[in-house]
Amino acid sequence: MTVKVITVGEDILGANEEKAQANKKRLDSHGVMTIDIMSSPGAGKTSLILSTIKHMKEKTRIAVIEGDVASSVDADKINEMGIPVVQINTAGGCHLDANMVESALNGLPLENTDLLLIENVGNLICPNAFALGEDKRVMISSMPEGDDKPYKYPAMFADSDVVLLNKIDLQPHLDFNVEGFKKTVTGLNPDVIIFSVSCKTGEGMDAWLDWLESAVKGKKNR
Amino acid sequence: MSLALEKAGEANASRITRINLVVGELSGVVGECVKFYFDFLSKDTIASGAELAFEMKPTQVRCHKCEAVFTPSDHDWACPECHETGIEIVSGRECYMESIEVE
Repeated sequence: MTVKVITVGEDILGANEEKAQANKKRLDSHGVMTIDIMSSPGAGKTSLILSTIKHMKEKTRIAVIEGDVASSVDADKINEMGIPVVQINTAGGCHLDANMVESALNGLPLENTDLLLIENVGNLICPNAFALGEDKRVMISSMPEGDDKPYKYPAMFADSDVVLLNKIDLQPHLDFNVEGFKKTVTGLNPDVIIFSVSCKTGEGMDAWLDWLESAVKGKKNR
Repeated sequence: MSLALEKAGEANASRITRINLVVGELSGVVGECVKFYFDFLSKDTIASGAELAFEMKPTQVRCHKCEAVFTPSDHDWACPECHETGIEIVSGRECYMESIEVE
């Protein structure tokens, strides 16, 4: 038998990419602004979602997809606020993929949704490699994690449209170099928008909410 | 896995002997894990027993200002030539199948 070499040169995640584009098309047809929220565990994804819902739910029809390794604790909190939510348990998987999101979309009232918030699994290594069908990627980096995170997980910062620096209420207790952090992040990603916020005290949240509201409007008017 | 089988099928191959993958340091791909799942998934297919070869690509960045390409250190990503901090990742995110070897 002769051995033959076949050149492939194709992305291994190509199948996910195709599925993500199909999700995007589906969400576009309903005019749903879709945000993929990524961060390490405990940086404040759920707090951000809960706080955003609290401020926007009167004017905006919101739906949520909750990605978690296990449990439905986060989804229960969102459900209590009267927001449609689908929980995806990845059973140990460290990120969401387009296939999981496709199934979740089947359980949401897309025709009555303006804004879809997708909470990815808490992890800074690989979620950015898996497109889901989102319009924007928002990453949360919280102050207690330290200002060196962009050096350790550069691809996450380079791929995000918005970086939220959360838990700024803790700044007096931490050695966090805000200017250095911002400089590194914008160095990796010159188009990034950075908001400094505290989901707990509400500080800085207005700027984030304004950005999000105009993103939702922009999608509706397209 | 399905990509390798598809390409081998197109070439009417009877067996896949080797799969050459290119993965970057930043891609989050762990070769040992991929091998473990590959052996499991490839059972009863023409890829069963194929060797998985990983070409690792180190992280490299390019300076926006002077275009110098360098490997950043853990805590300093400024350009060693001109000290600019505006950089772009040019290598390290790869995750693709370069080729397969079939019989």
